[in-house]
Amino acid sequence: MAYSEKVMEHYTNPRNVGTLNKDSKSVGTGLVGAPECGDVMRLQIEVDENNVITDAKFKTFGCGSAIASSSLATEWLKGKTVDEALTIDNMDIVEELALPPVKIHCSVLAEDAIKSAINDYRVKNGMAPFELAKSHH
Amino acid sequence: MELPIYLDNNATTPLDPRVLEAMLPYFTSKFGNAASRNHAFGWVAEEGVDYAREQVAKLIGCTEKEIIFTSGATEADNLGIKGVFEMYQDKGNHIITATTEHKAVLDTCKHLEKLGAKVTYLRVKEDGLIDLQELEAAMTEQTILVTIMYGNNEIGVVQPVKEISAIAHKFGALFMTDATQAVGKIPVDVNADGIDLMAFSAHKMYGPKGVGVLYVRRKNPRVKVTAQMDGGGHERGMRSGTLNVPGIVGLGKACELCRLEMDTEAVRLSALRDKLEKSLTELEESYINGNTQFRLPHVTNISFKYVEGEGLMMAMKDLAVSSGSACTSASLEPSYVLKSLGLSDDLAHSSIRFGLGRFTTEEEIDYAIENTKKAVLHLRDLSPLWEMFKEGIDLSKIEWAEH
Repeated sequence: MAYSEKVMEHYTNPRNVGTLNKDSKSVGTGLVGAPECGDVMRLQIEVDENNVITDAKFKTFGCGSAIASSSLATEWLKGKTVDEALTIDNMDIVEELALPPVKIHCSVLAEDAIKSAINDYRVKNGMAPFELAKSHH
Repeated sequence: MELPIYLDNNATTPLDPRVLEAMLPYFTSKFGNAASRNHAFGWVAEEGVDYAREQVAKLIGCTEKEIIFTSGATEADNLGIKGVFEMYQDKGNHIITATTEHKAVLDTCKHLEKLGAKVTYLRVKEDGLIDLQELEAAMTEQTILVTIMYGNNEIGVVQPVKEISAIAHKFGALFMTDATQAVGKIPVDVNADGIDLMAFSAHKMYGPKGVGVLYVRRKNPRVKVTAQMDGGGHERGMRSGTLNVPGIVGLGKACELCRLEMDTEAVRLSALRDKLEKSLTELEESYINGNTQFRLPHVTNISFKYVEGEGLMMAMKDLAVSSGSACTSASLEPSYVLKSLGLSDDLAHSSIRFGLGRFTTEEEIDYAIENTKKAVLHLRDLSPLWEMFKEGIDLSKIEWAEH
């Protein structure tokens, strides 16, 4: 199966690879997926006092589409408020990267990672976690 | 050196130009039907087929009359297993095979289970070899067939075929082997190995696609299979259908070349394979899958822990290899062969198979080593699991979010 140009581009030049201090109160970390399923994503956001995401980093164990999905997610997250970030839908990622049906789970994982990072941030700062409405399983 | 480099010779091999040359006249001037007995066009085609039969027979140490030409190894596996089951049903209905067999064998056995066959799927040990004692314990009076592959397509492990056939024969069962990966690569002799039926194909040994062989023993014992394809009664009634003359001629030539060049090729390829393997296992947390003593000379299967195989292959874009990761399949299940060795799912997802071949050069292997090493290091930089491993976190103790 051939990869789309956009997947190749993100895969070859992944944005925002790295690690933020997970112990910092302003950092939310989402770790989703499982090694035995062949993909694990860790996505981190740094949020300022105005609820704006100032930095985002990722590391992903997975196929090219999983890496590209998380790279794209970090790109989209930067500069958004937490509330705006919550509106990112996996289908936006599918569309942007032209993912084929067998790779849709990669985008779902990226959306899960965003939500899980936001919830980690919220819980750390004394807020209730959002209900993760969508179930993809 | 041209890119990309082909290192997937267990999937298929390029056609040797000498094979192509032998085939070409049979597409044009020698186009006859080998079954046309009454004119020169037919005779010429038949001569080509007869000569190919000799070339094939010589490679595996049998007689010409024991060769049934098929469309490939899958058909030969089907004909052998289904044909024996049907022919010998008065004797019994039990078949023994192993969990690491090719799907052509496993799915055929599953099909026969629906028709009343009892099938034992032997487990393999950690190194990919079957346990001979388990085989012996599984044999019953009802056992009509033991079918165990010669060399494995994913890890290259070579089963103790002589010992397996001896056990099968001790209990009065036939022994069949899918030798698709072995014939032409290592010496395979149907008499020395005690083989009653054997399947293989041309395109794994530098011949054309679409042609294969079922060897069926004619003496001690005389083995019979029930035809699975009915029609004009070709191949002594065991496989009807107009013979694929150019393909068969190509298969014959491919067998001849393998017979003449196999010994030196095996030495050359295993040296290159060992070089590749030695360099790549210098990387931390990389492991060779399968037995490293009893195996084919041209293949290695390595797991690079904490990187995912498909992602890795993308980074090795100048190398054509394959992975035990099945990220593209709907099931997301990694290789059943690697799982049969007891490999955890994550290690199976992290595996790459390198299959060397006749046209692989040392320069290509050197390039492959550099390219692979770079790709593994790059992906480990991207891998949260690698980071956690480096921090000393026990990954097996983490509760992974269900996905």
